[in-house]
Amino acid sequence: MTALENLPPHLRPDRSFQGLILTLQNFWASKGCVILQPYDMEVGAGTFHPATTLRSLGPKRWNAAYVQPSRRPKDGRYGDNPNRFQHYYQFQVILKPSPENLQELYLESLAAIGIDPLVHDIRFVEDDWESPTVGAWGLGWECWCDGMEVSQFTYFQQVAGQECAPVAGELTYGLERLAMYLQGVNNGFELNFNGLEGDDKVTYGEVFRQAEEEYSRHNFEYADTEKLFRNFADAEKECRALLAAGEPQEGANDQRHRQVLPAYDQCIKASHAFNLLDARGVISVTERQSYILRVRELAKACGAAWVKTEAGGA
Amino acid sequence: MPDLLFELFSEEIPARMQAQAAADLQRLVTNALVEAGVTYEGARAFATPRRIALHVAGLPARQPDTREERKGPRVGSPEGAIQGFLKSAGLADISEAKIESDPKKGEFYVAIIDKKGRATIELLAEVLPGVIRAFPWPKSMRWGKASASPGSLRWVRPLRSIVATFGTDTEDPEIVPFDIDGLKAGNITYGHRFHAPDAIRVKRFDDYVTKLEAAKVVLDAERRKEIIRADAKTLAFAQGLELIEDEGLLDEVAGLVEWPVVLMGSFDEAFLDVPGEVIRATIRANQKCFVLRGADGKLANRFLMVANIAAKDGGKTIIAGNERVIRARLSDAKFFWETDKRIWAADNVELKRLERFRNVTFHEKLGSQYERIERIRALAKELCKVTGADEAKVDRAAQLAKLDLQTEVVGEFPEVQGLMGRIYATLNGEDASVAAAIEEHYKPLGPTDRVPNDPVAVTVALADKLDTLVGFWAIDEKPTGSKDPYALRRAALGVIRLVVENGLRLDLAAFINFQFLQIVESIGFTKPVVFQPADSPGGWDGLTSSFIARGRSRGDDWEALFNDDTIFRVCYQKDGEFEDGDGRSFSWNIFEEDYEQLWALIPRGQVRADLLSFFHDRLKVMLRDKGARHDLVDAVLGNGRIAKSSEVGTGSREDFASKEDSNDDLLLVTRRVEALGKFLDTEDGKSLLAGSKRAANILRAEEKKDGEGTFEAPADPAGFTEGAEKALHAALVAAGNEAEAALAVPDYEAAMRALSTLRAPVDAFFEAVMVNAEDAAIRKNRLALLAAFRRVTRRIADFSKIAG
Repeated sequence: MTALENLPPHLRPDRSFQGLILTLQNFWASKGCVILQPYDMEVGAGTFHPATTLRSLGPKRWNAAYVQPSRRPKDGRYGDNPNRFQHYYQFQVILKPSPENLQELYLESLAAIGIDPLVHDIRFVEDDWESPTVGAWGLGWECWCDGMEVSQFTYFQQVAGQECAPVAGELTYGLERLAMYLQGVNNGFELNFNGLEGDDKVTYGEVFRQAEEEYSRHNFEYADTEKLFRNFADAEKECRALLAAGEPQEGANDQRHRQVLPAYDQCIKASHAFNLLDARGVISVTERQSYILRVRELAKACGAAWVKTEAGGA
Repeated sequence: MPDLLFELFSEEIPARMQAQAAADLQRLVTNALVEAGVTYEGARAFATPRRIALHVAGLPARQPDTREERKGPRVGSPEGAIQGFLKSAGLADISEAKIESDPKKGEFYVAIIDKKGRATIELLAEVLPGVIRAFPWPKSMRWGKASASPGSLRWVRPLRSIVATFGTDTEDPEIVPFDIDGLKAGNITYGHRFHAPDAIRVKRFDDYVTKLEAAKVVLDAERRKEIIRADAKTLAFAQGLELIEDEGLLDEVAGLVEWPVVLMGSFDEAFLDVPGEVIRATIRANQKCFVLRGADGKLANRFLMVANIAAKDGGKTIIAGNERVIRARLSDAKFFWETDKRIWAADNVELKRLERFRNVTFHEKLGSQYERIERIRALAKELCKVTGADEAKVDRAAQLAKLDLQTEVVGEFPEVQGLMGRIYATLNGEDASVAAAIEEHYKPLGPTDRVPNDPVAVTVALADKLDTLVGFWAIDEKPTGSKDPYALRRAALGVIRLVVENGLRLDLAAFINFQFLQIVESIGFTKPVVFQPADSPGGWDGLTSSFIARGRSRGDDWEALFNDDTIFRVCYQKDGEFEDGDGRSFSWNIFEEDYEQLWALIPRGQVRADLLSFFHDRLKVMLRDKGARHDLVDAVLGNGRIAKSSEVGTGSREDFASKEDSNDDLLLVTRRVEALGKFLDTEDGKSLLAGSKRAANILRAEEKKDGEGTFEAPADPAGFTEGAEKALHAALVAAGNEAEAALAVPDYEAAMRALSTLRAPVDAFFEAVMVNAEDAAIRKNRLALLAAFRRVTRRIADFSKIAG
């Protein structure tokens, strides 16, 4: 608790959205994590960042933490709903192999942001995580604080169709929700972003409300579906072409794959195009399944190629 | 006598798996001990969110000694055989073996293998790791550094420590020496995650329980439940409220805490506008909290949560946090409810929403929800003939029955489906019995759920379930073993209960036929279905077949083309669209290259036979659960309705064989079982059963000599030599006619009474008459009389299937 009290008031996680992010970053940095910046592409969740999807594969040790802006076009509510946004932040931690004290580390991180487990009711409630689009699953929990889900805690068993060996532990903090709880506000747009008061105060709504409105219109009304279908097909094609181009030559000395990361970017693009098409309501229920399958096939092909790279342990 | 204390301490175990895990732990360990010849006085297993634990009391210190005699080769056998024997028996030299002799075999070696029983603790050191490795978790995982190598330990969540101690209460117990994947069994456990995280050294079960309790862990789930229940009631009582009990939720919540602390929170009264069931569903499903009702029976604006800590501030923060979440959840629910109400009030909303079902897949092979609703409507209309329900109301109810699936509230809380439909329909001024049928058409949901009795609800409920059953049977998606993802067993039981409890005479076979056709046609709306006409046998190759055109209506011409064995193939048309000209039917030459077969439907006859026998199985289970004798069900199902006649003079054996269609009236089957049970409780019944068994045994023996069916020809009254023969013949004719008349009503009690008149003449016959007379003609005539007796009784039940 002392660490918290040493912070200037405007950086305290219970008063400032960015204070929360900075505190979590500092905490995980102090535990030896590489602190990365967000991936520079549109993704649906922190898991999509190659630092998780790809780096969780292969035998090499990998500890990283980062904020990832996540886009879920269908969750847009034109800025009307105080709890649901089409763009939000996740704080993602990935630790491979999963350390023995991962639960304790997680609880310590909660303490770092001011959640005392003898005052708050912290619970690990069963939640088997599965991402059909990335071909991944794991077992773990949703972590509850006084009845509210504040994090996802998963031991990855399979990612991109590859068995995880060793298993990585993944923590995902829903930052807006956590901040709303810490700051005691009921409307996400009213979150204090910079921790200052009066004229200096910047709220989450000031930063993002207009974006929520505009993107909701875009996601549900204006996004060019023909172009998106084309984008999907192009990305799928390019992903496969890049994977084929990067395949090691038969008989060459270096049997490593040389084009996984660029190929994986195309997989991310296809996934986002699909999410937008889905939000536009132009994909029928039956087609939906087949699109998800197509993205999964790309992710699996990338996973299979990744384990043939240096970072993948080859 | 020493005890075993065994604890597997892990990260949080899913609540729904805990009870089974404790039971499995006990079963696996005690079975392994018993198999090794070790008995015990008692065993009990426990589970909390973080541990499963087992106490086995009264174990012997050692496994009992055993002696085994193993026979070896003959004396003087080749060296190889001798060596092999020595090796397998663990002897160093053949002189250690005994020589025995046998008059047939001569002299041979026998090894006496004395096995000293091992110390029980050694046995445990072998058994316990085996139990851990083979533990049957529904889902398990790998973790940590060890998971880099294949074959690493799997557990439900990471396994953190193991306690395994063995000893008497007068000494310090020993630690069972084993380790598994680097985890060493010991005597250290841990208390409550937050209240007492430090290591605790334990000796045996009694101090283990006490120390855990001091470390704020209640080991026994039943006790945790009692604490929660008692505290919840006290808190409710103090507010003048009553707890709405919920066993399922209680079980779950007890599996989420080691130290239960019940707290009360409240929500804004304004939310009480939302239907109580929706509030309850919200609070239960998302927050795992209990709700309360006031003295007036209405939902109160309070809820009870169960925390896992005795909080420093007395729970204020926890209550405030939960209230915030519940406020947000209820705001959503209220928003959904109001949106729905608004939409529902618009004109013709139901038609617009029905259209939307065209895009909702019911099952990939069974088409959309829209098609399913249309099928249910058609079947429901047909069923009105049996249920006597108002056709217009039934059609309206069938049309609206699934509509609430498109509402926001049901989208969010599927468990209030049906109920919401009723509420919205009522708001919209639908007829009361239509509105009720919308809710009740899902019922009964199990053996104890209420069965609807309003004819409209009964009709739609039957149609809904029969469509599901025939559909899944037609695409060969039947329940197997423990897998029944579409709850087909429940649907079949639902049909049975609807029929029996409403006294409906339902010709199931006919309705199965009817719905099979509906299904074929409704698939034909979206995909070409081709079939092999009854008169053109052969495979797919070069098949000339008919094409069931889209939107084609039912017609006799079409029906005449197929029979029970016709195979329907559902196709994907490779290119082009076939138009059917007049919008009705047309024939088409189907070539393999035009179509790709997606799948074939199970032929109608097979669907019907299979489904009927599935109903019979469910009926058996249901009657057995109600205490009816299992064998009576078999006996009744084994009889034949199709028997052409029960006249004593005519009939052949096949008449009495069980026909699949003969038992499709489930109400009659049930009534027959009841009447038969009552009859067999009387002296006449018991005696007649004995007589019929005797007759059947004699017939079976004689048929072996003379051949099946030899005695089925009518007995010749002129050939009777004894009075008892004539009397039995006369009695059979009378009873046969009387029984037949009673069955036609049907009045099973009367049919049983008719049978009971046979008791005296049958007894007299066996008393006075020697069946196997020397004269071949007399013998045959007597056996023919017994066969007639068997036929008459079989009209009621197959007595050979009745025990006793």
